[in-house]
Amino acid sequence: MGGTAPAAPLVFVSAIALLSLLPVVSANQAILNWAFLVLLYAALAQSWNLLGGFGGQVNLGHAAFFGLGALVTRRLWLGGLPFGAALLLGTLASAGMGVLVGVPSLRLRGPYFAIGTLAVAEILRITVGNALPQVSVLPAQALATYTLVPRYYLSLVLAAGITAAVWWLARSRIGYGIAAVREDEGVAEAIGVNAFRHKLGAFVLSGCFAGLVGGEFAYYHVSFYPSFAFSPLWTFDPLLITYLGGVGTVWGPLIGAVFFLSLREALALRLGELHLLVFGLLFIAVVVALPGGFMEAVRAKGFESKMPNARV
Amino acid sequence: MIFAQNAVFGLLIGGLYGLAAVGLSLVFGVLKMLNVAHGELIMLGGYTGFWLFTLWGVDPFIAVLPSALALFGAGVVLYQVLFRRLIYASDETKLKNSILIGFGLTLVVQTLAILAWTADERAITTAYAGAVVPIGGVVVPLLRAGALGAAFLVLGGLHLFLHRTLPGKALRATAEDVEAASLVGIPVPRIFLASFGLGSALAGVAGTLVGLTDAVSPAIGLSWTLKALIVVVLGGLGSIFGTFVAGLFLGVAESMSGFVLGNAYREVMGLVLFLLVLLLRPQGLFGSGPAA
Repeated sequence: MGGTAPAAPLVFVSAIALLSLLPVVSANQAILNWAFLVLLYAALAQSWNLLGGFGGQVNLGHAAFFGLGALVTRRLWLGGLPFGAALLLGTLASAGMGVLVGVPSLRLRGPYFAIGTLAVAEILRITVGNALPQVSVLPAQALATYTLVPRYYLSLVLAAGITAAVWWLARSRIGYGIAAVREDEGVAEAIGVNAFRHKLGAFVLSGCFAGLVGGEFAYYHVSFYPSFAFSPLWTFDPLLITYLGGVGTVWGPLIGAVFFLSLREALALRLGELHLLVFGLLFIAVVVALPGGFMEAVRAKGFESKMPNARV
Repeated sequence: MIFAQNAVFGLLIGGLYGLAAVGLSLVFGVLKMLNVAHGELIMLGGYTGFWLFTLWGVDPFIAVLPSALALFGAGVVLYQVLFRRLIYASDETKLKNSILIGFGLTLVVQTLAILAWTADERAITTAYAGAVVPIGGVVVPLLRAGALGAAFLVLGGLHLFLHRTLPGKALRATAEDVEAASLVGIPVPRIFLASFGLGSALAGVAGTLVGLTDAVSPAIGLSWTLKALIVVVLGGLGSIFGTFVAGLFLGVAESMSGFVLGNAYREVMGLVLFLLVLLLRPQGLFGSGPAA
């Protein structure tokens, strides 16, 4: 992917067209499920990347937004609301939490944002685990009509939509403002960029997208413990995917998600628990040795692109 | 009386919180790096104490020394392999990348611990484990009182080291101003290395005491990292005494909220407290300087 600026949207649109044909050409549920997961993780990673890559703020509590979106959507949906309305309200809940958490923590410099978000995610995980210890199972009639195809299309729409939104945002005036704040907050302020508002905007939008993907997870999963959606894994996996693919690039999370799920499939079967070790080492190696991820490796070979690049 | 009992239990556990936080605070103060794998180092310290006791019957109060040494070594290796390459980066990059590396490290150390020692909970059970001393209607478990005393001694020793010895003063000077420290001839790279080792050694001591009073399992890391972070934020940076008091404060606050709201919410209370302090007093409850 990558390439010159006009080619990228073309590749993107044809990829969506091809992917939308997948359920038509293949009835293989395993393949469809795998593609669903790739798109889910790509969308979640993209939502982290919006703030972490383009905005330069490390959110260690991304799971809180994913989990809250999943929790609210699931409860309202199973409570009788149409799924679309439930998803909307779940997303709004995540966005609201973004404002609540972002306003105090984004004003402070230093490590406070990272550890504040981590604390919020843990508060929610423990509280939800205490308050809702029962596993959430789809009711019988929903189970009887359950098919993967609508879930897959939802996943495709969300991944494409979030990617397009980030792509557009990165080229907008606001996106340049966000990148300026990432590079140097003082300089950005000096040239008239309101650093706090840009950071808050990116944070709330990032949380909003994570809530959407959480709602998708709630729609997809037959049974899960509500606190599972708040597990730190929902922070770690998108982080890993984003860094592997290329942090602060539009295509990085997509490439990273394909790689992550392929490797996880291959490793989990052979190595079991040990596959987490491989992921941990891989993540450290990328942060230390290849801070631009695969996108940088590709670019170094001469495929220059105009995408803004995060230096983290 | 139940109230007083809860307060005592809170104080006893709070000393360990303070000890857990001091190592993290030291590394942050000197290197401006946040090692979010600090809790994993505490976990390793717990296992060191556990195996020393189980295999050779070493008393855990003595095992804190080899445990500190072992974790000092582990810290030195981690620093040389991973964190050293960050020291010339800008402050912001240094902080961010140290958090990311630590985040990856938690996964690696946790998985290795599960592979090596299984996911089971382990506790160091000494012959005197159940002994209690009743003081005016309040029961004081001897073991926890001993752990609190040990924590106090270690922190006192650290205070003396930092304020009365030349290497300690060099360390503080480096924390204050790296450039000035290097201009007056302090070997800054070596101070960095020693600080990271010392921070890890403190995690080792804390971990062994945790194994003695609570239990150790590969999964405890994150919750101890969070406790240490909460205490550091409550206490403000830079003061060992402030950190210790903040630890006691957190211990009592958790214990009281466990008593009022139910035990399942103890940890939540600490985290909520932490967010409130971030919101209202980012320089810490006991700190006076501006936020970092």
